Amino acid sequence: MNWFIRVITASVGKKLLMALTGIFFIKFLLIHLIGNLTIYGGDEYFNAYVKHLHSLGPIITVLEFFMLFLAVIHISTGLLLFFQNLSARPFKYAVNKNGGGRTIGSSTMPYTGIFIFIFLIFHLINFHFVDKTNTTVFDIVSNAFANPIYVFFYVIAVAAAAFHVSHGFWSAFQTLGLNNVKYMPFIKKIGVTTSIIFGIGFGFLPIYIFIM
Amino acid sequence: MSGTNRINLTLKVWRQKAGKSKGNLAEYQAKEISTDMSFLEMLDVVNEYLTLKGEEPIAFDHDCREGICGMCGAVINGRPHGQEKGTTLCQLHMRHFKDGETVFIEPFKAKAFKNIKDLIVDRTAFDKIIQSGGFISANTGGAQDANAILISQKNADLAMDAAACIGCGACVAACPNASAMLFVSAKVSHLTLLPQGKPEAAARVTAMVNTMDDLGFGNCSNERECEAECPKEISIANIARLNREFIKAGFFKS
Repeated sequence: MNWFIRVITASVGKKLLMALTGIFFIKFLLIHLIGNLTIYGGDEYFNAYVKHLHSLGPIITVLEFFMLFLAVIHISTGLLLFFQNLSARPFKYAVNKNGGGRTIGSSTMPYTGIFIFIFLIFHLINFHFVDKTNTTVFDIVSNAFANPIYVFFYVIAVAAAAFHVSHGFWSAFQTLGLNNVKYMPFIKKIGVTTSIIFGIGFGFLPIYIFIM
Repeated sequence: MSGTNRINLTLKVWRQKAGKSKGNLAEYQAKEISTDMSFLEMLDVVNEYLTLKGEEPIAFDHDCREGICGMCGAVINGRPHGQEKGTTLCQLHMRHFKDGETVFIEPFKAKAFKNIKDLIVDRTAFDKIIQSGGFISANTGGAQDANAILISQKNADLAMDAAACIGCGACVAACPNASAMLFVSAKVSHLTLLPQGKPEAAARVTAMVNTMDDLGFGNCSNERECEAECPKEISIANIARLNREFIKAGFFKS
């Protein structure tokens, strides 16, 4: 195991962990979004989806613990990288200027990440660790988003996630060594498209429920 | 000389005494600077004035002054080697500055690049990375026949593009994380792409990445600032190649 630890604790290895776990979260978000869109089908349609999902039982529990494991890796490695990178330049420049490489997504990566983490805890308390007896998930969701503060917080969190993905998507491919002049522009476009889909897809849901 | 414009500039130059860990920005006036001058020649003129006044001249690194040695470099208005694309500081001309402009001149800043004096930083960290694996081991003996080892034109070109790296350190200076990945990836790439570099490829990339980490450089987060500021316009495709080589060496080579 010694060689394995050596590889994943190197700078490139840590980035590899970020990329692999990050790609998994993008896949999860895609499935999560598809599931959430059933809200547009109305009360019964959405509750039927939730019921069907929960009927999978142990598969869901295993996946939940797997994701918790990946989240621990992604967040702890991300924080470690953040602090190491801060300490790599102890004396700051008087003038900071962008050379044209950075994007809003890339330069805010650690901050959007931390914000998403805080949101995640809030989100799970809201909808996951909640008493579901004598009520339906649709009711819980529609009650939550009757509050404009909730709607605002969720929209901001979704925007943060969209920016995070806008850099994370292509960055993961670059870290995995899959940069190639032929298809890198395509990967970048898919990354931006995915982040826009996430932004609009998740972001409009709370607004829709609030208006309803 | 006809056609020569002269400009006046206000300079804010980083002054740091040798052996001191702190410095500060000092203000100087650069008067009657010809726009045909290079940035370093402008500093020469300022230094002559400072010397005449009995003040300590501004210490800065320089050597060839034709953009190929990698010795010069400073951060001009927040941009390593200045705002012009694909140029070293010695090839940055004063015609790119406006009369009356205030110009900030700072040294490269990174934990791994210790400041020696004023604008001079210690870049031996790069040498240490090269010493850890940035070479090929070749037995001496009779010279080999030319073209005995066939190399595709494409790989020769890619290797040459990577080898264009002059090791100036602008990538580290430009990186928000002070990472040396563009430098290391260029050095790994130009050897790995060629048959002569293949036998030691796995050991090389592992040793060079580990040395880079030990020296206190930051981690690459694909901000692409290095590529934008590199005077030799080294592509970050080289960083992807380094990542690929590192993964290959770490997981698939014994």
